[in-house]
Amino acid sequence: MTQLDKHLMQDQQPQTIPAGGYWLGILPKGRIIRLTDRHGNQAVDTLFFNADDFSERYSAMQTIQSQRSLYLTTGSILRSEAGNAMVEIIEDTCGRHDTLGGACAAESNTVRYAHNTKTMHSCRDSWLLALNTELADLELTKSDLSHNVNFFMNVPVTPEGQLTFEDGVSGPGKYVDLIAHVNLAILISNCPQLNNPCNGYNPTPVHVEMRLQ
Amino acid sequence: MLSDYSERLDGGRHCSMIVRRGVSLKLTDLSGGSNVGMMIYNAENTTERLNIPDSLKCQHTFKITQGNCLYTDMGRILCSVIEDSAGWHDATSGTCSKTHLDTKPWAKETFQESRNDFLRNGQDSFLVELGKYGMSAKDLVANMNWFSRVDADSEGHLALAAPYPSGTSVTLRFEMDAIVLMHTCPHPFNDSLTYPKTEVSLHLALSDAVAEDDACRTNCAENGRGFTNTELYYFGR
Repeated sequence: MTQLDKHLMQDQQPQTIPAGGYWLGILPKGRIIRLTDRHGNQAVDTLFFNADDFSERYSAMQTIQSQRSLYLTTGSILRSEAGNAMVEIIEDTCGRHDTLGGACAAESNTVRYAHNTKTMHSCRDSWLLALNTELADLELTKSDLSHNVNFFMNVPVTPEGQLTFEDGVSGPGKYVDLIAHVNLAILISNCPQLNNPCNGYNPTPVHVEMRLQ
Repeated sequence: MLSDYSERLDGGRHCSMIVRRGVSLKLTDLSGGSNVGMMIYNAENTTERLNIPDSLKCQHTFKITQGNCLYTDMGRILCSVIEDSAGWHDATSGTCSKTHLDTKPWAKETFQESRNDFLRNGQDSFLVELGKYGMSAKDLVANMNWFSRVDADSEGHLALAAPYPSGTSVTLRFEMDAIVLMHTCPHPFNDSLTYPKTEVSLHLALSDAVAEDDACRTNCAENGRGFTNTELYYFGR
């Protein structure tokens, strides 16, 4: 038994990820995961790896390049660095998800908000803890953390090339269904950000559930 | 003794160099319509590297131009854009891979056939240069595409804008000792019928100390804090 086996997702066992928590799940190829934004406008910072070979990981750039479009929604194929299809959005009641904005980290918080935010909890802290505990056998490091998907986040670009952070796309109960094209390792940080109006300064729980269809 | 340094880079080639804090790197598009793919790493700890999402969101920008800074994942500034006659450089489209290059209508020229005019792709170019510093595929992250403007419509659809003319330049002032990887392979959205072989020049010079009222430092409050973080890193040296 490997360290990953206990994370294999099971049918009809929905799980709640509390705000500020992280979650690791293994979704077998061909299976579907539903992510549900229970209270609305929660950022679900998500990294994907090939569970059989963690060196294959989600690439925001290859995904954007392949669809020549910034936002992720139904029909978006999420690709690896090599351009391979890893996972695909097959249903989406939210309508738009971000992959430009990356994840919060203690150090970037000091730039974005104030130097006294440096010790606040962040997505990257969650992931680094996951790498050095649940995933320790794989000997992954910070360099294995590439750019993530922010499910339920809306980051529009203006015609002048400005980036804005808006809420209002997601809402309580909105969900997204993804089908795995490889045996998929999913590492989620349910974002603990308290300084960003995107989530109304109020991080909330989300649900994950494996579905047959 | 070296007081400045110039180099020309043909189209479809790659190179890398260490650029020290306090040195400026001016890129000039000699042909027009060039694309310079660039990745940047902290030279003394390569796990710290260019982070495009952090750079964009902290400056509330999608494009990179004069006044902007490029940040690492550790909240520090690798370089500042102190001059830019283009106005809009792409940071989100990534780089062209071999698989992607094969989808283009371009001749499949190999070294055997074309010697050093064989067609290179941006991803392999980065992988070659990464290898020189002990890095590998896991160190590939979002890169800059200098001289390429990519517009997004309200639905997020992307389009490569008309090329900039010859003579267009952009100057980066380095705020950290950095490993800089560069290639002149085409932008992934370049749909021209032939592989664009355009030439750029690189010019390195010593820059002045960053003043308190420096235009990049004062461009937004976030950049002020970014400069403080960077100065803290070198404090006492």
